[in-house]
Amino acid sequence: MARIEIKNLRKDFGDFNAVKSSSFVIEDGEFFMLLGPSGCGKTTTLRMIAGLELPSSGEILIDGEEVGQRPASQRDIAFVFQMFALYPHLNVRRNIAYPLVSQGLPKAQVAAKVAEVARILGIEDILNRPVGGLSGGDRQRVALGRAIVREPKAFLMDEPLGALDAEFRERMAEELRALHDRMGATTVYVTHDQLEAMQMGDKIVVMNHGVVEQFGVPQDIYDWPATLFVADFIGSPAMNVLRFDGVVQPGDTQVTMDGIAFDMPRLRAGAKGALALGVRPEHVALDDGAPYRGTVQAVEYLGTTQIVTLDTPHGEVKARVPSDRAVTPGTTTGLGFNSRTLSLFDTDSGRALLSDANAEVLAHG
Amino acid sequence: MSDYSITAASPAQKWLAGTLVVLYAVITIMPLLWIIATGFKTPADAISYPPKIVFDPTLEGYVNLFTTRTRVTPETLEALGEPTTWYDRIVRQYDMVIAGPSRFGERFLNSVIIGFGSTFLSVFLGTLAAYAFSRFKVPLKDDLLFFILSTRMMPPIAVAIPIFLMFRQLGLSDTHAGMILLYTAVNLSLSVWLLKGFIDEIPREYEEAALIDGYTRFQAFTKVVLPQAATGIASTAIFCLIFAWNEYAFAVLLTSGTAQTAPPFIPTIIGVGGQDWPAVAAGATIFLVPVMVFTILLRKHLLRGITFGAVRK
Repeated sequence: MARIEIKNLRKDFGDFNAVKSSSFVIEDGEFFMLLGPSGCGKTTTLRMIAGLELPSSGEILIDGEEVGQRPASQRDIAFVFQMFALYPHLNVRRNIAYPLVSQGLPKAQVAAKVAEVARILGIEDILNRPVGGLSGGDRQRVALGRAIVREPKAFLMDEPLGALDAEFRERMAEELRALHDRMGATTVYVTHDQLEAMQMGDKIVVMNHGVVEQFGVPQDIYDWPATLFVADFIGSPAMNVLRFDGVVQPGDTQVTMDGIAFDMPRLRAGAKGALALGVRPEHVALDDGAPYRGTVQAVEYLGTTQIVTLDTPHGEVKARVPSDRAVTPGTTTGLGFNSRTLSLFDTDSGRALLSDANAEVLAHG
Repeated sequence: MSDYSITAASPAQKWLAGTLVVLYAVITIMPLLWIIATGFKTPADAISYPPKIVFDPTLEGYVNLFTTRTRVTPETLEALGEPTTWYDRIVRQYDMVIAGPSRFGERFLNSVIIGFGSTFLSVFLGTLAAYAFSRFKVPLKDDLLFFILSTRMMPPIAVAIPIFLMFRQLGLSDTHAGMILLYTAVNLSLSVWLLKGFIDEIPREYEEAALIDGYTRFQAFTKVVLPQAATGIASTAIFCLIFAWNEYAFAVLLTSGTAQTAPPFIPTIIGVGGQDWPAVAAGATIFLVPVMVFTILLRKHLLRGITFGAVRK
């Protein structure tokens, strides 16, 4: 098992800069998510850790050892591909045994290990089948089997659930997480699905345009986004962003938007000009007495909660409120924001302003 | 409205299609059957008009193909006593005795060496080049590929004279190596392009999986890519062999003795008092066999899918 450290990693493909100076640390035994939209550089980063791409500059340390320029075969890591990449000319048993054969392990030992892995994954009954006819889930398990059989230093997974049906995906996600918890192996997992990242990850790196936007535990990233991109990308529905022009000073505990003051965590930084107030839908309350007004546009019923879309002077705001509350489209209501949860962004830089609430989170992100 | 369907053919359409296919098959198979039949006819039957469909089969053509014969006087013939073998008996009917083997065996062997040799070389080099073009960043890749293809843009025989002069200068005329080299040069463009298409279709993830599983790039190529490319390699090999095996013009021009292949040799089989058509037909029939066997052996690779679903498309 291993600790993986990424230092100022950069990758260029000709003129195209895929990854810009990324740095983060994956602790031993962590289930680590690389999250971002397609083309953000997360897969390139993973492939550099694997040794399938060589970095243009920067360092990759596995257990303190610099491996950035070494071929994949010398890094002792396992990779699970989105398309599984099972060897089509081999059956399930030989697919799983393949990495062991390359190490020149005695046959009896190979057989024993394959049997053990098959038992862990519950695929003993399909060992002699060709991989061609397997279901998506079984192929996924075989691919996992091939990865875990050699007990590598780390597992790298490139959207391993991306090719599965929605229904199956959830089950495999649970299986994966359970497998990880049992083996305690360092796992780096690439996904574009923020729910998957929140659900499975110990830590998340959010990337966009080759840049690490934020790095931390899921709750911190959700509660205290470092940038407008993270605020928008994480959460469903996304964080509400109310854009306005204004001035704030360090030490302020209020922000004034069109003459209406909102309490918020004490700011440690000031800004002037284009600002944005960020508030999660579950922290928006419908309060008839509140001075800030909005008109109900639509209501989506989600079981225990409902999402209310309101039209406000600063654009659309979504509120997540209990579904027992009657909300009629077309009516005007007041909106209250939970003051302890507000973030303020400087829209020019796209970054969150430091406050007493988010300072600790953003200090290491 | 009739019960019209865009997917299922009506019985009439099926009949029409079937008839056309059978008709086409008959037309294409006819010359082949003609040649095979002629090989078993006597010279007289072979040129009779109207052609004989029913005839007494004889192995005369095959005997004449493989032997050289001399005419002897009846006295000598009598002195030899009774013919001891079936082929002696056939030859004696014409007052002749077998003087020795013909050159057909040698020429046929030359064809095998040159045909299979150049096929192996074309496919071997083609696979390596195609893999490199498919997977690596090769400087001027597109230009190189176009250049390789451009060697096909004229009939190879158009450069016969420069090649003839070059071969004479280099001492490659009438050598096996020279012919293998020449056919490889002609086939290589086809082989690189065909194989590149096949290798492009093989997902890179297979090799990457192998690299991560601890194999070197070369091992990944031989253990993962080659088995996947078997279909492409087989069909490319068939195309290369068919060209090299049947090639006539260069063979006539560049070989005369040591390295002469069967195609220029077969028409030169001259019988007594005219062209020995049954012997020519027998030579052609035997000449067909290796390509047919090769194609049938590799047929299952042609029919098999490449990845059969191990990667979700």
